[in-house]
Amino acid sequence: MKRNLVCLVFFFVTMIVFSAPIEIEFWHAHGGRLGEIVASICENFNKSQSEYKVNAIYKGSYYDTMTAGIAAFRAGKAPHILQVYEVGTATMMAARGAIKPVYQLMTETREPFDPSVYLPAVTGYYTTPDGRMLSLPFNSSTPVLYFNKEAFKKAGLDPNKPPKTWPEVAEYARKLVQAGYKAGFSTAWMSWIHLENFSAWHNVPFGTLENGFGGLGTEFTFNGPLQVRHIQQLSDWQKENIFRYGGRTNKGNVLFSSEEVAMYTESSAGYAGFKSTCKFEFGVSMLPYWPDVPGAPQNTIIGGASLWVMEGRKSEEYRGVARFFSYLSKPDVQANWHQLTGYLPITKAAYDVTKRQGFYEKNPGTDISVLQINLKTPTSNSKGIRFGYMPQVRELLDETFEDILAGKVTAKQGLDAAVRKGNELLRQFERVNR
Amino acid sequence: MIIIVVFFFWPAGQALVQSLFMQDPFGLSQEFVWFENFTNLFKNPEYLNSILVSFQFSFFVAGTALILSLFFAMSASHVKRGELFYKTMIIWPYAVAPVVAGVLWMFLFNPTVGIISWLLRQMGINWNYLLNPTQAFILVVISASWKQISYNFLFFIAGLQNIPMTLVEAAAIDGAGPTRRFWQVIFPLLSPTTFYLIVMNSIYSFFETFGIIHQITQGGPGQATNILVYKVYKDGYLGLNLGSSAAQSVILMCIVIVLTMLQFRFVERRVEY
Repeated sequence: MKRNLVCLVFFFVTMIVFSAPIEIEFWHAHGGRLGEIVASICENFNKSQSEYKVNAIYKGSYYDTMTAGIAAFRAGKAPHILQVYEVGTATMMAARGAIKPVYQLMTETREPFDPSVYLPAVTGYYTTPDGRMLSLPFNSSTPVLYFNKEAFKKAGLDPNKPPKTWPEVAEYARKLVQAGYKAGFSTAWMSWIHLENFSAWHNVPFGTLENGFGGLGTEFTFNGPLQVRHIQQLSDWQKENIFRYGGRTNKGNVLFSSEEVAMYTESSAGYAGFKSTCKFEFGVSMLPYWPDVPGAPQNTIIGGASLWVMEGRKSEEYRGVARFFSYLSKPDVQANWHQLTGYLPITKAAYDVTKRQGFYEKNPGTDISVLQINLKTPTSNSKGIRFGYMPQVRELLDETFEDILAGKVTAKQGLDAAVRKGNELLRQFERVNR
Repeated sequence: MIIIVVFFFWPAGQALVQSLFMQDPFGLSQEFVWFENFTNLFKNPEYLNSILVSFQFSFFVAGTALILSLFFAMSASHVKRGELFYKTMIIWPYAVAPVVAGVLWMFLFNPTVGIISWLLRQMGINWNYLLNPTQAFILVVISASWKQISYNFLFFIAGLQNIPMTLVEAAAIDGAGPTRRFWQVIFPLLSPTTFYLIVMNSIYSFFETFGIIHQITQGGPGQATNILVYKVYKDGYLGLNLGSSAAQSVILMCIVIVLTMLQFRFVERRVEY
C-alpha cells in the first residue's frame, strides 16, 4: 500500500515535471542579429515558466512572413502569433474571423491588461478609434535625420547644430556641396518619410476618415497643396544638388555611409546599421519641417511591425499567448529590446527605465525617436495611416516619385494621378472586404 | 503524365478559377465576378504599358543574346588554340543564378559605388539608372542577355559543328567571300537552331528574368522595367490582390502560348531542316 502510494506520488511528480509544455508558434521576419535577439527573448520567456514554450520561427522578409501566414491560415495551419508590417494592418484588421484582437484575447484569457501603460503614439497605430488594441506593437521606428558631423566641420557648419527646418537643410546643403560633397541630402523610404510622415508631421491629412481609421470608405488626400509643394521642392532641389534620389526602400543608405551626401532621412532603426558602416561620426536629430506651416512640427508616425494573434486555436494555447504578450510588455524586457535594436519602446515604463540607466546620455541621439513621436498629442492626421492595399499604394508612390524626380511630370500631376489610382485600389479593397 | 497534371495543369487551372473571383487574402469572402478582373486590367493604362515593356524587353534580350552568341560561336569555331578555355569562359555565366547576375550588374553600374558608372561619368555621361528609364531598361537588357548568351552559344556551337565543312568549302571554291558564305550557306543551315533559340529566349525573357528585375530595378524607375511577370509578383505577393494577379498570370500564360504558336506557324516555314 505504502509502496503504491509512493509510486503514485512519483507518477504525479514526473507528470508535472516532464509534461510537455504547450507549444506556441511565433512567425517573424527578423533575420541576422535581430533574429538572434528575438530568439533570446523567447528563450528567456520559456525559462521563466514551464507551462508554455514559444517557438520563434524566421519566415523571411515582411512580405514572406505575411504571405506565409495567410497561406497557412488558408490551409488551416496558422501560427498562433504572426508578425505583420505596419502597412498590412488594414488587411489584417479587415480579416475578421482570421484574427483575434489583442483586447479580446486578454479579456478571454483573463490576463491582467492595462492599455494605458502603452505609449499612445505607438499603440495608436494598431488601435481602433474607440481605443481597443488590435495587435501588439513589436518593433516600431520613426524617421529621423542623420547628419555627418565631420562633413559639417569641413563645410564650416556647427556639428552640434543640425538643421531644424527644410529651408535650413537647403542652406546647409549648399555649403556642403561647396565643400566638395556630391549632394546635400538624400532619403530612404520616400513614401513613408516624405509623404506619410510628412503629412503627420505637418498635421495635414493623408486620407479622409481619420487617415482610414474611421472605416473602409476612405479616400486619399495626399495631393494637398503642402504635399505637392514639398515633393516639387525636392524635385527642384536636384538641380542644385541639394537633394539626390537614392532609390527605393533604403537602397540609398550607401549614399550616406560612403559620404556622397552628408544628411540623410532614414528610420531610427537604421542607427545600428550606420554605426557599423559609417567610418565617421554622425549625429541624429528630428525630422525637418516647414516653419511657415502653423502647428508644425506635430508628431511623426511609426513604421515597423506588430504581432497579430491568429484565430482557430485552443483556449489554453491562447492563455500562453496572452502570458507571452504580458512578458513582452514588461519594462525590463522592453527596455532591453529598445536599447539593443534601436526600435521604440512600447511602454512609458520602458522609456523611464532606459533613461534612468543613463542609456540616452551614453548614446546621444537614441532618444530622438521617442521624443519625436511624443512631441504633441496625436491628432486624427498623426495617429497613423490605415488603408487597404497599402503595400501596392507605396509601390505606386515610388513609381510616382521617380516620374516626378525625373521631370516627366510635375508634383501636382504625379500626385493627382497617384490619388486617382490609389482610390481605385481602395474601392477594390472595400469591395472584397465587405 | 501525372507529373504534368500535378505540376502544370492543376496550378494553371487554379489560376484560371481564381482569376474569375475577387477575394480577400484570407479567403474569408469571395465574389464571382466573371471577367471583371480582366476588363479592369485592360482598362488600366499601367497594365497595357507593362505588356508593351515586356515585348520590348523580350525583343531586345532575345535579339542581343542571339546576335552576340552567334558572333561568339562563329569566332570560336575559328579559334585554333585555347578553344576549351575560350568556350568555358563564355559558358560559365549560364551557371550563375539570375539574382546573382542581378547583384553583379547592379554593383558594376550602381551610381554610387559602381566601377562602370564611374567610367561612364568620366566619359561625360550622367549615369543614374535609378531615375533614367532608358538607362534602367538598357541595364536590365544587358544583364538578362548576358546570362542567355552562354546558353545560345552552346547551341550555336553544336549547330555549327553539324554543318558539313564540304559545303562551306565548296562555296569558297565558287568564289563566295566570308560574308556571303555566312549568309547563304551557314545561316540558312543554322536556322533550326536559331528558331529553337528564338522560342527559348522569348520564354526566358518573359519568365525567368524575374530575379534580375527584382534585384536591379524592382520595375522602376516609374514603370520603365515593370515586365508582366514582375507585375504579377508585385500585385499578388506584395499587394495580396489575388484576383487581379491571377488574371494577370492567365494573360501571361496566353501570351506565351500564342507567341510560341505564332513562331511555330510563321517562322518554322522558313526553317530548312
